[in-house]
Parts: sequence; C-alpha cells; structure tokens
Amino acid sequence: MTAATPAQNLAPQAGPSRKRKRTRAPYVLILPAVAVLLVGMAYPTLWQLVTSFKKYGLAQQFGKPAEFVGFNNYLELLRDHSFWGVVGRSLAFCFVTAAVTLVIGFGLALLMKVVSTWSRLALQISMLLAWAMPVVAAMTVWTWLFDRRRGVINYLLDSIPGLHFYRHDWLENPLSFFFVAMVIVVWMSVPFVVFSIYAGLLQIPDEVMEAAAIDGSAGFQRLRLVVLPMIRPVVAIVLLLQVIWDLRVFTQITMLQDAGASGERFDLLGTYIFKIGTGAQDFGTASAASVIVLLITVAVSWWYVRHLLKEDES
Amino acid sequence: MITHKRPRLLLSLTGLLIALVWVFPVYWMVNSAFLPNRTLQSFVPTFVPFGGSLKNFRAVTEDGSFMKALGMSLSIALIVVFACLLFAFLAAVAISRFKFRGRKSFVLAVLLIQMLPAEALFIAQYKMMATLGQLDSVIGVSIIYTAAVVPFTVWMLRGFVAGVPADLEEAAMVDGLSRTQAFLRITFPLLAPGLIASGVYAFLQAWNEFTVALVLLQTEEHHTLPLWLRGFIQASATRETDWGQVMAASTLVAVPIIVFFMIVQGRMTAGLVSGAVKG
Repeated sequence: MTAATPAQNLAPQAGPSRKRKRTRAPYVLILPAVAVLLVGMAYPTLWQLVTSFKKYGLAQQFGKPAEFVGFNNYLELLRDHSFWGVVGRSLAFCFVTAAVTLVIGFGLALLMKVVSTWSRLALQISMLLAWAMPVVAAMTVWTWLFDRRRGVINYLLDSIPGLHFYRHDWLENPLSFFFVAMVIVVWMSVPFVVFSIYAGLLQIPDEVMEAAAIDGSAGFQRLRLVVLPMIRPVVAIVLLLQVIWDLRVFTQITMLQDAGASGERFDLLGTYIFKIGTGAQDFGTASAASVIVLLITVAVSWWYVRHLLKEDES
Repeated sequence: MITHKRPRLLLSLTGLLIALVWVFPVYWMVNSAFLPNRTLQSFVPTFVPFGGSLKNFRAVTEDGSFMKALGMSLSIALIVVFACLLFAFLAAVAISRFKFRGRKSFVLAVLLIQMLPAEALFIAQYKMMATLGQLDSVIGVSIIYTAAVVPFTVWMLRGFVAGVPADLEEAAMVDGLSRTQAFLRITFPLLAPGLIASGVYAFLQAWNEFTVALVLLQTEEHHTLPLWLRGFIQASATRETDWGQVMAASTLVAVPIIVFFMIVQGRMTAGLVSGAVKG
C-alpha cells in the first residue's frame, strides 16, 4: 500500500478547486482507514500466504513452530479428490444459483414494468421484506419451512394428490441439500436483482418501446433487440455480483448443516476450510485452501473492480 | 408499454401471487412466533395466529442470554458504525478533494479489499486475534468488522463528498467563516444523508455478520445475536425444537433490521451498481 508512504514531492494539483498547497493532508486523512485495513485485512492475508507454505501437524498443537514445506500444502490439496469435489461443488453451486437468480430476477423486473400499480406495489414490498431479513433469521425460518416432521412445505406438497412428502427429509442427500440451499439463496438474492434491473428498465424511454412496436416487432423480439442491449451493463454487473456473493455462502451452509447432515459431501469451500482450520487445527492446509479461494474471488471480481475504477476516474 | 387490458389483469394477478409467495417466509416467522408449541407440533399447519400469545417472546427473553447477546451486538455495531463513519469520511474527503500520489493505489486497494470474502480470511483473523488475546472480545471483532465495512463506506461517501462543490465552502470562507466553520455549517449538513445511509449500512453489516463472529467469539456468553439465534437450530439436532420460540427469537432479531433496511435500501442499490443504471 503505497498510499501510506509520506509525501515528499506531490504531483502538481489539477484544477483551481483542488487544494492549492502541496500538503500532507490527504495522507493524514486516509491514515485511519489504511491502519484499520492493514490490521484487519492486509496482515491476515499476508499471514495466510506465509502459513500456506508451512506444515502444521500434531507437534505444532503442542507449541512446536511449524516448518516451511514449500508448495507441499498446495500440491496435497490439488492431489486430494475431496478438495476438487468441494471446489467443483462450490463453483457449480455458485454459477447455477447466480443464473437462476438472474433469470427469476429479470422476469420479475419485466413483470413489474407491465403490471398495474397495486400489483407492482405488492411485489416491491414483499421483495423489500425478503431482502431485509437477516441471513441467520432467514435460515431459521427456512429450516422451519423445510422441517421434516412439521414443515409447511412437506404439508403442502403432501396435500397434492399423488405426491408423498409426509416426513420427507430434504437435507438427507447432497443433491437435495444443495437444492434447498439454492432455493434459500435465490429467495434472498432475487430482490436485489429485481430492483437493479427494474431501475435499468425505467431508463428506457417509452418512445423507444413504442417505435419498436410500430415497426412491428413482436413482444419477444422487442425484448431481445431493444430492451436487452439497453440494460446489458446492469445485467452484467448484477450477474457478476451474484457470482461473487454466491461463492460466500458459509452462513447458509453452516446453518443447514446444523439442521441436517454435515459430512464432507455437504461442504462448500467455506465450511471445508472452517473444518480443516478449526477442527483439525491444520492451519497450513486451511491457509492454502483460503489462498486458492482468494485467487478465485479476485479473478472473478477483477472485471467489477475495473468497472468501478473507471467510474472513479470519470 | 403497450399492453392489452385482459392480459394485463392476468399479469397483475400473477404479480400479486408471486408477491405473496415471496413474503410467505417472513409472514411465517411472525405467525409461528405467536403460536404455542402444542399447535405447531401438528403436521397440519396453522396459517393464522388466532389464539396466539406473546408467551414465546417472554420465554425467549426470560433467561439472560438474549439480553447479553443484544448487548454484545449493540456494542459491536455501535463501535463499527462510529469507526467506519469517521475513517471512511476522512478517506472520502481525501480521495474526492485531493489529488495525491498513491491515490489510485488506495482506491484500487479499497475496491479489491471490499471483494475479499470472510471465508478466505477467517482462519488468519482467528490466529491473529488469538495471538493478541482478543478472542471473545468486542474490540477484536470490531476491528475486523470495521476493516471489512470501511471500503464500501468510503466508496459510498466519496460520491456524497464529491457532490458538495468545494466552491461553496470557499464562498463561505470569503464571507468570513473559518475553514472549520465553513465545513461545519455548509458542507456537513449537505453530507448528512450520506452519513446516515453509510452509518445504517455499517450497522446492518455488523448486526448481521455471522462468519467472523463464529470464529472469534467462542464462549456462549460472548455470542452476538446471530450466534445466539443459531444456538436454537443447533440444539434441535439433539432435542425437540420449540419452533415457536425459535421464530420469536428470529422475529426479535429481524424486525429492527427490516425497519432500518428500508431507510437505506435505495442508496445501497445505487452504490453497488453505480454507473450502470444511469443509462
């Protein structure tokens, strides 16, 4: 972080409204923020990087300092089938959930644009309420809804003739477990997508839509040729944020595991690292896995960060 | 948009139906919170809380654990709000009012750090706080939270500070106010909405955070509200869950947040997709 170094020769100030003097002021101003970021973020990242090259075993639990082992932890992880399973599951979960969220969100935003005011108001209020729910509270409610013995979902499905959901255990096998997780995450994330895309749709002038209608383009064509290109930037950003957010579903997975099965087949990256790090106290491997997660996140986020940077320069 | 009457009504009704489905979990939480456990134990659900009572709420708050968790959550959230606002405001002034060497790296660092997931850092943060003797401490958690929330708050406030023309302040100084006076009387009031929005954002983050709290706050008496709430579900693995109480507890945690959230929702959306929505 070069920003923390004191200023000797500053670049010439641009514009008359900028500070006239060459001052240390900006450095003093960012100092507290830089300090807290160094302690809370930069140091842990660095520690993690260093630790990922060290070996932690039983002896280290009794105070023996850990030795450097080079890339061993990484190689071990990459050779480990269960790790690849976790990575694959996490990526699959994240992409599928983000895609489903986007499709539903997009549909609802379009719906909000065409319905009467009362219906739109109802949608907006219910979306806001769902969005505002604290994650942990949302998890307890959904666990209750999916409860094996007394959950409403089993009751409602069971009441459909031909379906047998009496005491159906949703969290028993991995596929069903992650399906439930996806339903919950989608429920929580759709509102943000709806509001963002709806805001984008409002930017499209009515004349454009009318002109397209006069040209004779039918509903679907209008959507593809007129609406989509105009809101593409919003959709891209929203999708990217969803992907990033759906990689970090530690809370949701942990709380579902509390309520149901918790074996390794039910782990995503977050819970996997948590178990190695706190359960097995294998900080070396946990750090190596964390570094891999960091790399994935930074790779996915890079485009978003660049977009925001452009925003800063304008 | 050009839509014909009949399909429009049909679409509107679909919209209403979806709205009801979407809000159902929130309704279900509140509904179950009022119902006695005996009613909830039947396979046939009770859809309206007739004959309900506040018993669950009383039962949940009776033992001291709720108040303790509330105290923990409040003190952490308030520290984080205060620290975030102060640090982020200063930094926002720096990046929107000054050009300086390292400005670009600082902005880039802020944006990147904002993306780092807690899942990828909590092992290191745990070890660090353990070394510093700050496990189970308000300070330890507050430092990590502040570091996690400051980037977005800087980003949010930057827009507000940039929106107040520096000329305005200078004009006030020409009129005889000192720099501090000009700032306090002219700039600060214009920034108030931004500060409120950022403050509420920081509050929500600190209040809802689960991952870091789980790692750093290990003994039960230091649990924050999310951890306290999780305790109910965890206990259900070994004994019969009293869903009425769990839902009462969830309602207590959720309702203040929902109210708060309504205040800042617009700003948060704008901050996250800024630039993309303006067309």
